[in-house]
Amino acid sequence: MTLLIKHAKIVNGSNAGGELSGLKDILIENGKITRISQGLANDDAQVIDAAGKTVMPGFIDLHVHLREPGREDKETIESGSRAAVKGGFTSIFAMPNTKPTIDTAQVVQFVFDQAKKVGLTNVYPVGAITKNREGGQLTEMMELKRAGCLAVTDDGNTLMNAGLMRRAMDYARMAGLLVMQHCQDPNLTASGVMNEGAVSTKLGLKGDPTVAETVIVARDIELAHYLKTPVHFMHMSAARSVDLIRHAKKQGIPVTAEVMPHHFALTEDAVRGFDTSTKMSPPLRTAADVAAIKAGLKDGTIDCIATDHAPHTHEDKEVDFDAAPPGLIGLETAFGLVMKELVAPGVLTLVQAVDKMSAAPARIVGLSQKGVIAEGRDADIVIVDLEKEWVVRREDFVSKSKNSPFVGWTLKGHVVKTICGGKVVYAA
Amino acid sequence: MTMAQWTHKHLLDLDDVSRDEIELIIETARSFKEVSSREVKKVPALRGKTVVLLFFEPSTRTRVSFELAAKRLSADTLSIAANVSSVTKGETVLDTALNIEAMNVDAMVVRHQASGVPQILAKGTKTVIINAGDGCRAHPTQALLDVFTMVDKIGPLDGKKVTIIGDILHSRVARSNIGALITMGAHVTVCGPGTLIPLGMEQYGVEVTTSIDRALDGADVVMALRMQKERQQELYLPSMTEYIKEFCITSERLKKAKPHALVMHPGPMNRGVEIAANVADGAQSVILEQVTNGIAVRMAVLYLLLSRKTE
Repeated sequence: MTLLIKHAKIVNGSNAGGELSGLKDILIENGKITRISQGLANDDAQVIDAAGKTVMPGFIDLHVHLREPGREDKETIESGSRAAVKGGFTSIFAMPNTKPTIDTAQVVQFVFDQAKKVGLTNVYPVGAITKNREGGQLTEMMELKRAGCLAVTDDGNTLMNAGLMRRAMDYARMAGLLVMQHCQDPNLTASGVMNEGAVSTKLGLKGDPTVAETVIVARDIELAHYLKTPVHFMHMSAARSVDLIRHAKKQGIPVTAEVMPHHFALTEDAVRGFDTSTKMSPPLRTAADVAAIKAGLKDGTIDCIATDHAPHTHEDKEVDFDAAPPGLIGLETAFGLVMKELVAPGVLTLVQAVDKMSAAPARIVGLSQKGVIAEGRDADIVIVDLEKEWVVRREDFVSKSKNSPFVGWTLKGHVVKTICGGKVVYAA
Repeated sequence: MTMAQWTHKHLLDLDDVSRDEIELIIETARSFKEVSSREVKKVPALRGKTVVLLFFEPSTRTRVSFELAAKRLSADTLSIAANVSSVTKGETVLDTALNIEAMNVDAMVVRHQASGVPQILAKGTKTVIINAGDGCRAHPTQALLDVFTMVDKIGPLDGKKVTIIGDILHSRVARSNIGALITMGAHVTVCGPGTLIPLGMEQYGVEVTTSIDRALDGADVVMALRMQKERQQELYLPSMTEYIKEFCITSERLKKAKPHALVMHPGPMNRGVEIAANVADGAQSVILEQVTNGIAVRMAVLYLLLSRKTE
């Protein structure tokens, strides 16, 4: 299969030339980008005219819950893949909190097989750090690595035993796996359902303090420093976490961090209506935390943007705030929110946004063939219309679940086409 | 303010209830209080209306109070306790409410252990929702009956010092009282162990202290809150003995308050824990009057909400 994208305004990340001057044609053969030049022609190629649009490396989401195997009523690898490509994501990392847990090569293989059958987006199963994510025995990480894992996490659970975290980092380094930490000390989180502070006090909801996150960030920075081994911090939500990571990076400690669109687009005030789609873990924080996250994105403290796409059925969410499971869907709104909240107000340039959504996540997990539009690299490409405004509507979500607090929002910046492995997998 | 100016459809909390409106409720309650002292304790004000008491959390006092209030206004009442309803079969709160609504009821009086449930029901149904206590968030009729009792005893609350002592963190009574009392012009002080005072309380215009002496000093009203034994197991308190030693309202401590300061408690009481028995039963105690006034205030609330003219 041969594709030829004509008149492409290419925007790469800052390490790959940023916004390329002029309009280029991109020739794609056998899943790879083979030529980038002007005036290309190919008789066999399917031609895509990208005039007036912007062409960027496909987005990479390090944090997605696909729910399969186990909770196919919430999402499947098929529906999650469709949501991903609609949002411009050509690689997504599937969290291991499935049933069964992704903690053996067999389950890893199952996810790969299902994803291949679906054939829309690259799905990378993330293995668990401990068996059944219980914080006990380490998983057989060498086997997970051979099965194709690039990273491990007990996401949803924090590895609380610092000694075990040390073993996990030492072992994962040998296996060539990145350790990704969910940072919430459950003793401090207690049964908190929203950010602890004046708003939780007012609403009578149990508070989940930022210090539950920051004590783990601080601890793991120390482990990363001591062991000279990378740790990736998932879904950072607190201003103080950004400070800690900034300080650590200045000292050359190998830590990386991701944030989610909801943590820069919303504050805890969104909880006031008790809409359970505003309940997530970690919770929405204050305006000061949002400002710090934006500053962290801008100065590079925060490496990348992921979604924590967490589908839940209407039935699961249609309960009181305490009883509702945490999480919101994010794949289909991420790009629009990045444009609205970060690029439009000048927090990030478009090039930096590409860094955060493509180049950096590829670098963090070592996907050397992805995250950039360049000759010889994988043909994972997203074509967007930066000017198009659209309204988030419940009925338009292709995810099986609809739990989004952004329904009704007007976003600017729309995914027009998604190309994955040289194949058009989504067209608006 | 007159009844005709009453605009609220629901009573979910007291956040947007003005001073005029609270005074209207008090006035209305005053006239209904007289009904309860008659030999025939009934007026036909809400004849033909159906009030459902939907209690997802066990309660005797509040449920009985609402039920009597509705009955004395001639409304038909039906009381549903969560443990005998379909809730245990996995039906959602909203489904339960929608089913009851489908039977053409006029108001639902709701109590739930989770904060925000009355809001969810007000949004998801068309029925009048009256909050009878949700989680740790709000208990508006309790605050209204407390304000009614205070005003009845000591007159306008402007500049009066009201002290609330105990487990502020878990108390919807404290939260609703704080809002209503500030609206009525009172100075509110909250006092309790450091572990049981929620973060950010000062932002709502109250004085926060862990010193009971300071809290009681010159108080016009002293309100004790129930201290549950579970707080010790939940590690909020080292022991009940220490709580009693530090925070129990004894007659000795009460001397720091104004000579005729009112002593109040929303019930149910743990005598000898948050309040000494002789204080609870003492001359300054208005605890049983709170209970009596509760019916009048709930009659007023039901009446105002259910007689509201809608186009």
